[in-house]
Amino acid sequence: MPLTAAIRPGHQGDRRPLKKRFADAAAPYLYSAPVLILIVTVMLVPLVLGISYAFRDVQLLKPFSGGFIGLDHFVTLSKDQAFYRALRNTLWWTGASVILQFIFGLILALLLDKPFFGRAIVQALVFLPWAVPSFLAGLNWAWLFNPVVGPIPHWLFALGIMQAPSNILSDPQLAMWGPIIANVWWGIPFFAITLLAALQAIPRDLYEAASIDGAGPVRRFLSITLPFLAPTIAITVLLRTVWVSNFADLIIVMTNGGPADRTQIVASYIFTQAFKRLDFGYASAIALVLLVLLITYSMLIVVLRQWLLSKD
Amino acid sequence: MTGKRILAIAAHRLAILVYIVFALFPLYWLLKVSVTPNKLLYSEGIRMWPSRTSFEHFDFVLKHSDFPIFFKNSLIVSGSTAIIVTLFASTAGYALSRFQFRGKYALIGLMLLTQMFPLVMLVAPIFKILSPLGLTNSLTGLVIVYSAFNVPFATFLMQSFFDGIPKDLEEAAMIDGATQFGAFRQIILPLTLPGIAATLGFVFTAAWSELLFSLMLISGNASATFPVGLLSFVSKFSVDFGQMMAAGVMALVPACLFFLLIQRYLVQGLTAGAVKG
Repeated sequence: MPLTAAIRPGHQGDRRPLKKRFADAAAPYLYSAPVLILIVTVMLVPLVLGISYAFRDVQLLKPFSGGFIGLDHFVTLSKDQAFYRALRNTLWWTGASVILQFIFGLILALLLDKPFFGRAIVQALVFLPWAVPSFLAGLNWAWLFNPVVGPIPHWLFALGIMQAPSNILSDPQLAMWGPIIANVWWGIPFFAITLLAALQAIPRDLYEAASIDGAGPVRRFLSITLPFLAPTIAITVLLRTVWVSNFADLIIVMTNGGPADRTQIVASYIFTQAFKRLDFGYASAIALVLLVLLITYSMLIVVLRQWLLSKD
Repeated sequence: MTGKRILAIAAHRLAILVYIVFALFPLYWLLKVSVTPNKLLYSEGIRMWPSRTSFEHFDFVLKHSDFPIFFKNSLIVSGSTAIIVTLFASTAGYALSRFQFRGKYALIGLMLLTQMFPLVMLVAPIFKILSPLGLTNSLTGLVIVYSAFNVPFATFLMQSFFDGIPKDLEEAAMIDGATQFGAFRQIILPLTLPGIAATLGFVFTAAWSELLFSLMLISGNASATFPVGLLSFVSKFSVDFGQMMAAGVMALVPACLFFLLIQRYLVQGLTAGAVKG
């Protein structure tokens, strides 16, 4: 029921003229129409079209392609070693990035939770990486890892960790750490900001009461802070996992999947197939598999949540 | 006891210092190389500050490269996207905040869905749809695509701002004879100005940073945005680090300005973006 009807009780009620009643009923639809049209035409239609591409031979450079080929793409995909490597890399990339972002984000939030002189400025400075465009964050870190202009290889060499100041981005064993470190740098503020908001919602007198009862800082953290933060931690980590696993910008900018596909994740593999090889059909088939995997992951989370809730 | 306390405070400040250095060092290095003359770049290696600075790289980038065009293109695309999205999101956010209507939850569900699936899925089909319409290689095409990508999040954000404004205000206005839309435009919108500014900032930053779709949809320098221009510059002239980093500093400036604008709203924005979708 539109608001207008609710707030004019008895005043006009249903005796409003028909035209006015119609206008009131249409109002919410008119307010949301532009958004709806935009989402349906630019996101929903391409999504459906993309799913259909997965079963068709769509190649930009072949003018007469477009016919249905059934499950051919998926048969090819099941034998595609590069795809399996990309799947493993996605797990590694997502797991390492999210865990490190979370741990360092939590520590930062705990540090910022206490009032101290200059906190507002410190907060602005440590959250700044979040505002850096992802392509620039990627380039910036690629330059830092580059021995020609960047200091990191020379530091690692001086510390004796590296035999010679070389670029870790071109070392197949280490290359993945480049985008992961850039991603951690870029993503710490996200976790810190959300966890800080949750921390500040914890009632302060709980800590005082616990101190009076003789609980030390570790005990207070484990019995008050962690239980209060748990729901926020769970939801941000789970959503972030989905987001990071799809986040290909840093990899495309820093290594483009190389060396020898060692940093290729599924999302960057899809982009490479579409952008470099212009094979839209195969790219869409991989994308569909990724979508199914992500849906499965989300369903598992929902089921797990229900199971945990029912245990209490 | 006090000694222990002082130690704890010192450890706290030290840890904060480590975070500040980690957060700022890459940006500091970007700035440092961009003002280092080429002659000193290799001879002085990893010195923290060059013995002589110059703005020659900025001068070159501004006068002899296409970066001013890329900058202008990015500004047009991000600015238009921010304005369109904020306009649409404020009306839709208002509808979600104030009305109960049939299909409301379907709309919310649709917007959540758009936040869940990988956008990289849409690279190929959007190219195929825009290409016959002449919207590839055009800034208009980018604005349309970016608007759609950012509008669900912005709608949730605007809704959270409208939710913070008491309903009595427009009820009072409507009793005084204003129409619903009149009350929205004249009373509610002015009150949400900070929220509108925050939404503009968030969307501008997101559009300014977008990479994959601009790479896919734009080829050629005339309508290239900053990321496309910078990446093609990097792959073509990969030895001129000073110029690349000068261009990088230019790309950083608008993003940092908008960050200052929205900094106060980060929590609201991130929770609208992350928790709701």
